[in-house]
Amino acid sequence: MSLSWALLVSLGLACAGYLIGRRRAFAVAGPDVRRLHSRPTYHGFSVALTSFIAGLAVMFIATILRMTGTLDVYAGPIWGWIVLAAAILGLVWGATRIDSGYKARNAVERMVMGVLMLCSMIAILTTAAIVLSLIFETGHFFQLYDWKDFFFGTEWTPRFQGESELGILPLLWGTLYISFIALLVSVPIGLFAAIYMSEYASPKVRSFAKPLIELLAGIPTIVYGLFALMTVGPLLRDYFAQPMGLGNSGSSVLTAGLVMGIMLIPFVSSLSDDIINAVPQSLRDGALGLGSTPSETVRQVVLPAALPGVVGAVLLAASRAIGETMIVVLGAGAAAQMSVNPFEAMTTITVKIVSQLTGDSDFNSPEALVAFALGLTLFVITLALNIVALYIVRKYREQYE
Amino acid sequence: MTDLPLSQPGAARTDKAGSLLAQDARIKSRNAAEKRFRTYGATAIGIAVLALVVLLVTIIGNGAGAFRQSYLTLPVTLDAELIDPEGNRDPTEMSQILTLSYGRVLDQAVQDAISAQNIQIEGLVEDDIRGLISREASSQVRNRVLEDPELVGQTVEFNVLAGGRIDGYFKNRVTMESAERDGNTSPAQLMLADALKERGMLVTRFNWNFLTNPDASDQRPEAAGVGVAILGSLYMMLVVLVLAVPIGVAASIYLEEFAPKNRLTDIIEVNISNLAAVPSIVFGILGLAAFINFAGLPQSAPIVGGLVLTLMTLPTIIISTRAALKAVPPSIRDAALGVGASKMQSVFHHVLPLAMPGILTGTIIGLAQALGETAPLLLIGMVAFVTEYPDPLPQGLFDPASALPVQVYNWTQRSDPAFFERASGAIIILLIFLLCMNLLAIYLRRKFERRW
Repeated sequence: MSLSWALLVSLGLACAGYLIGRRRAFAVAGPDVRRLHSRPTYHGFSVALTSFIAGLAVMFIATILRMTGTLDVYAGPIWGWIVLAAAILGLVWGATRIDSGYKARNAVERMVMGVLMLCSMIAILTTAAIVLSLIFETGHFFQLYDWKDFFFGTEWTPRFQGESELGILPLLWGTLYISFIALLVSVPIGLFAAIYMSEYASPKVRSFAKPLIELLAGIPTIVYGLFALMTVGPLLRDYFAQPMGLGNSGSSVLTAGLVMGIMLIPFVSSLSDDIINAVPQSLRDGALGLGSTPSETVRQVVLPAALPGVVGAVLLAASRAIGETMIVVLGAGAAAQMSVNPFEAMTTITVKIVSQLTGDSDFNSPEALVAFALGLTLFVITLALNIVALYIVRKYREQYE
Repeated sequence: MTDLPLSQPGAARTDKAGSLLAQDARIKSRNAAEKRFRTYGATAIGIAVLALVVLLVTIIGNGAGAFRQSYLTLPVTLDAELIDPEGNRDPTEMSQILTLSYGRVLDQAVQDAISAQNIQIEGLVEDDIRGLISREASSQVRNRVLEDPELVGQTVEFNVLAGGRIDGYFKNRVTMESAERDGNTSPAQLMLADALKERGMLVTRFNWNFLTNPDASDQRPEAAGVGVAILGSLYMMLVVLVLAVPIGVAASIYLEEFAPKNRLTDIIEVNISNLAAVPSIVFGILGLAAFINFAGLPQSAPIVGGLVLTLMTLPTIIISTRAALKAVPPSIRDAALGVGASKMQSVFHHVLPLAMPGILTGTIIGLAQALGETAPLLLIGMVAFVTEYPDPLPQGLFDPASALPVQVYNWTQRSDPAFFERASGAIIILLIFLLCMNLLAIYLRRKFERRW
């Protein structure tokens, strides 16, 4: 019996356990239910939980053993039966515990509390797993490839037969260039949209425009990527790059940057909207009362007051742009180079992570392992940006609370 | 403060400031600046809305063609010599006959049809006639014959897929000019298609197969569909629903209602807000390192995709669930505790039901986000070319499958432009799913929203 079936069957057992526990509780109580310490449903739940948790615990142990390699990966059938046996044992044990003095409710609450706590630990576990797997494989990579060449190398030419040049600088340049263009597009548009929404727009315009802009945020990035590949890229190539003699590549830094800018507009605008709304109304009233126009109020009072928050929002948007994958995979191209011409194809860290890990290269070669080093770099950059941005935003919020 | 007497010599205001009714130069420039500023704001919103409209219109315009497909209706004489040389109609023997022989049967059928209809076109060569029907058609006929061996020797009406170039011609993707430069088609072939269309043998109609077919190889875009991808996405969403929702809600209940204020809970909270901002591709790397290399789960299986997406959506679900729990006023908890409920009872019997609409909305939005996610799935091998449907649940979770957004990416990497149309078509399906989920979320929010 495979583990997935064992899980389903033990779920059924838990339901049966609930019914058995309840019936036994009624039987023990006799004619007067008030003789029980807990209500019969709690007795039912306690039996169901002991049975299910026992099965789940054995399953968890089996999975751990599998992962560490102590157990054959496909030794499923035996373990399925063991899981089932544990669930039945749990059921029987839970059922025998029932009597009128048994504090079923307290037991159930303790178990539920434990489960809740475990669930909240998963976030930490995920972060730990990310960091560990990245560091572990990056360590492997640096045993095969010198870290100085990785961080300071200006050439990116992976080869199948080895002797690859794997310098991160051209990728970093492409990433930053594209992110810069994306911010150049999204920050003014997003910020002005937010200002207009919160200071000028009538409720009618707001109720119409706000959901539309939020719709942009709900569109998956693959859609933006396809848009870049099929529409924006050819458009820029045919009407700008070729007539100006700047290149003839459909995928370019500008293509990816523009489309990513569109993607970030709702992100910037909703963040700045929150921040602008957090500026106390008294500041606005004061400025308006002194005779300034609404735009002067915004420019000279609201924006300076909201500046730290806006900076935080821009940093968050930058971290989004740096970590974005699908738009650059489809829109930016794959040529690792350091150039200032925005109509040329360049590549980013995320593009190379995808191409190094989806190719056919051997997993233990530096060409594949470099993806983990790139991933770690990406993780550290975005994490640093986020921590700084969240710190700024939080600090700013406290100021006006 | 006393008013200055108006008769003072300094009261020559009229010279300097002028009337209140007529604007002086400074006021004029200030008002102009005001107007400009307002226009900038309106323009910004206009650009955003325009971008949205252009995006949707181009995608829908490009993808609408994927839902229509050209079919050719042909009487096919199933020549017994070619497809059943032994002549005993034994299905096991007949299944050894490859699609190649059926291709010959079909070529003959097209030839016959052309001469029967008395179509004469200059420069029409045999290759043109062969390319008229899709390569998929021969396996279509083969399957039908293997199902019912009695058909051998008879003349049966078949409805087969037209070739990709012919289909493109009726969707304006292929023109006479482009056909001249194209090795896979020729103007004569297109004229033949026109002639067949006039006689009603070639029709372009709604294409259910796009929704149900699996992916097809590079040479036959006309047969490719999103069936496996939809099923794969569905399996993954199921995994996310079963894992992320209970775990996310449990974690938020603990953090919001029970957790003591200490170092550990602080760390968990900072952790969650940072996890929400980790680039999705990093989760893909985690999935590759932890679930495939370390735990030994199979590549391109929905279970791995589901696990990765679960980890990715957990922070979103936790954040929105906590907001929903926080919105329930403390008086509810106090009242429950006041009449003797335990802390656990007050949460599960009173707070949680009241927070449910908010939790549901957040969950649906998290699921929608997971449905559209591509990057992490690329790394765990979901880009593989899959033409087999995965088994039913739960075994199917371990079978190779595709996912909708990954299928789109996969098609953009093919050389035939017909696949771009398919990719846009798949996007339309994805967007329809997302729209439904978001509408459901909005409906739930409107219906159950409660102001305290």
